[in-house]
Amino acid sequence: MTSQELRTGAPVGPGHLAAPGGAGPSAPSTPPAANRMSRGRWWREVGWRHAVGLAAVAFAVFPVLYIVSAAFNPLGSVVSTSLVPRELSLVNFQALFSEPSRPFGRWMLNTLAVCTSVTVIQVTCSALAAYAFSRFRFRGRRGGLLALLLIQMFPQILATIALFLLFTELGTVIPAIGLNTLLGYVLVMCGNAFAQVWLIKGFFDSIPQSLDEAATVDGAGHATIFFRILLPLLQPILAVTGLLAFVGVISEFLIASIFLREAGVRTVAVGLWSVIENDRSNNLGLFAAGALLTAVPVVLLFQYLQRFIVGGITAGGVKG
Amino acid sequence: MVQQQLSTAPQESPAAHPPPVGSRSVPVLLLKVAVLAVLLSTVVSLTPALVAAERWGFLVFFWVLVVLVVAVYATRRAIPLKYLLPGAVLLLSFVVYPVISTFQVSLTNLGDGTRATREEATAQIIGSSVVQTPDAPRYNLTVGTAGSPTAGPFAFLLVDPASGEASVGTEDGLEPLPGATVTDGFVTAADGYELLTPVEVNDASAALAELTVPTEGGAIRQLGIRQAFEGSTPLVYDEDAETITNTQTGVTYAPELQGDREFYVDPDGQRLSDQSWAADVGFDNYVRAFTDARILSDFVGIFGWTLVFATLSVASTFALGTVLAVVLNDRRVRGQKVYRSVLLLPYAIPSFISLLLWSGFWNTDFGLVNDLTGLGVNWFGGETTAKAAVLITNLWLGFPYMFLVVTGALQAIPEDLKEAAGIDGASGFTGFRTIIFPLLLIPTAPLLVASFAFNFNNFNTIFLLTGGGPFTPDNPTAGGTDLLISYTIRLAFGASGAQFGFASAIAVLLFVITGVVAALQFRLTRRLEDVI
Repeated sequence: MTSQELRTGAPVGPGHLAAPGGAGPSAPSTPPAANRMSRGRWWREVGWRHAVGLAAVAFAVFPVLYIVSAAFNPLGSVVSTSLVPRELSLVNFQALFSEPSRPFGRWMLNTLAVCTSVTVIQVTCSALAAYAFSRFRFRGRRGGLLALLLIQMFPQILATIALFLLFTELGTVIPAIGLNTLLGYVLVMCGNAFAQVWLIKGFFDSIPQSLDEAATVDGAGHATIFFRILLPLLQPILAVTGLLAFVGVISEFLIASIFLREAGVRTVAVGLWSVIENDRSNNLGLFAAGALLTAVPVVLLFQYLQRFIVGGITAGGVKG
Repeated sequence: MVQQQLSTAPQESPAAHPPPVGSRSVPVLLLKVAVLAVLLSTVVSLTPALVAAERWGFLVFFWVLVVLVVAVYATRRAIPLKYLLPGAVLLLSFVVYPVISTFQVSLTNLGDGTRATREEATAQIIGSSVVQTPDAPRYNLTVGTAGSPTAGPFAFLLVDPASGEASVGTEDGLEPLPGATVTDGFVTAADGYELLTPVEVNDASAALAELTVPTEGGAIRQLGIRQAFEGSTPLVYDEDAETITNTQTGVTYAPELQGDREFYVDPDGQRLSDQSWAADVGFDNYVRAFTDARILSDFVGIFGWTLVFATLSVASTFALGTVLAVVLNDRRVRGQKVYRSVLLLPYAIPSFISLLLWSGFWNTDFGLVNDLTGLGVNWFGGETTAKAAVLITNLWLGFPYMFLVVTGALQAIPEDLKEAAGIDGASGFTGFRTIIFPLLLIPTAPLLVASFAFNFNNFNTIFLLTGGGPFTPDNPTAGGTDLLISYTIRLAFGASGAQFGFASAIAVLLFVITGVVAALQFRLTRRLEDVI
């Protein structure tokens, strides 16, 4: 039993990642026998499944319909919004970008900057560490891997008070990374730099060592092997871990709300929360417009990477 | 895909033979030198400020970091460390250290009114007792900051109208400011300081009113936006005896513990000021959590609901996810990909958006839930209905994850086994329960426990939906849907004043509980491994 299996219960590898979406049973969706089925039998064996599926779809989709309807509703209030839009207008989107005390564009840029830098740092640090854990044998290797597992079970938000006090202090001597700075917030989020180590290590383990050995014979150093040979093979897992990291940071609310108090440095999460807190009944349209602009790119990315994600989350990534 | 990569790898072998670059090549060496140079120059430039502020902890940390980086990257001794160091430093600095620090804070009474050290509090008490005498010297004032115009730290940039000399006053005292530009009797530019506009001065008035610049026999304080005065005080601090004496009345005030805080009090027990300071209180915060009847009943009640919330969240999402996965995962069902794409939506939408949206759905008068069902329930008004609303919302958020996970696990089960279990058709329920379900549990059980741990500390769901409410009028600190984490955060950052010390103690208890959950997760995973 490897220690990796200890966590995931199943080996994680490229093959595993591709399983659900790729050559799944959805490919030949209707066997010939179905054509000869009677209507009653079809309903008993297949049709009711669609009924259940459609009910689930309705449950999953109605809030999405509502938010789209609210975003395009020119009145923007809760009272005037229904599931199906009565009127279509872009008023809310215009209003979102025209009020300087509510700089939504700024919030988007802040979120993009924070999420991108945290994702890059997290995936880079995790990939580097995963390489070391997968390919080198050194003292403390097993202990380090287990320690990582253990530390990850304690969410960072439990230490919010200490982080707040730490960055208050840091800010008095290094104002650039104090409270109310995006840089300080990014640093805090980077505390999760090793969040993806196990997932990427599982992938590394599935790449045969003979590849490294061949390169070593040719005179490649450990850095060359990592950057030139293994990294290109890692692309699918890097995409998935990157997406999970990105979405985790987008939805981070608690620490952002405590660290980023000024309107100019807020992230979308804190900013949109302040919009809806200000006036729950009349700011719905504004909130919905902002939410749509934030969610659409993320949802598209999820759809695009869907077949990888299923394998990725099976291997233990819980979205924040 | 494994096979595919195995087979393509040798074909790609020309690409796998790049010219050896390694650590010996010139560009890599240059990069190394550049990174080390940037790090070193940053730390060197920070050092004077850290020394001046006497932040020895930070100073040691930064220099140890420099030494570590040089030792690891400039030598070839520890190759694995080259790959581990960046993430390890971040992890240790912003997760491990804060956790340890949380425990340290839990042994203090840190909070609103006790943020200052004893020295700072003493200076502030004496400073705020400064009174203006008719012949008190006045200064022309410009407010400057070495940090940000909103957060400070602030400094008084003063011009003596008589001599025209500029000086800078901070909490540490008054110093000459030779490089300043003085126009019309006011400082208009000074090296190292950003000047505040009148509006910014107004915004920072609370902080500025507390800023006192100690001088011989008194202190300088703000007097309006453009003026400051030097006043005198009858209070004198005796450093050896650690007491404050009022030279006019002759009364001496000594530190004394009242409640969990120390104050300067006279021999009769009267406080000189309500200003206190941070002090170590040992395990008092823990004792308080377990002996104060009110807090204990809050804690036990919230702990119980936290367990129920996490358990029911996992159970409901897993149940719905499994049902959907089993029902839809049939080769005769067309459009599985479409189902999967649509059911993925609640998982793909950033959760803060969904939660804020759902919090509106539960509104009594205009909420979508009452609109569609016609129930007219005041969902967040009562504890039970609020809990139900929270659980239903969390079901919506969580079932797609379980659906995807179970679908994945289901597809990994060999076809012939499924056929043997005969799950197609209602009669196959027994087969499903006895054969398929146990097989599903093996890969998903660790995820269920992970999901439990996640929900156990699911701050976002509670805070963004109900804010922890409903609250009863006589208990504003513990709400009907509060989890331990949201309760802790309210204690620390809530409107009723920060109690960092006590909140940290609760956070430490949360760490312990989370640790128990983690241990269970380890054991469960191991046992399931043995099953395979």
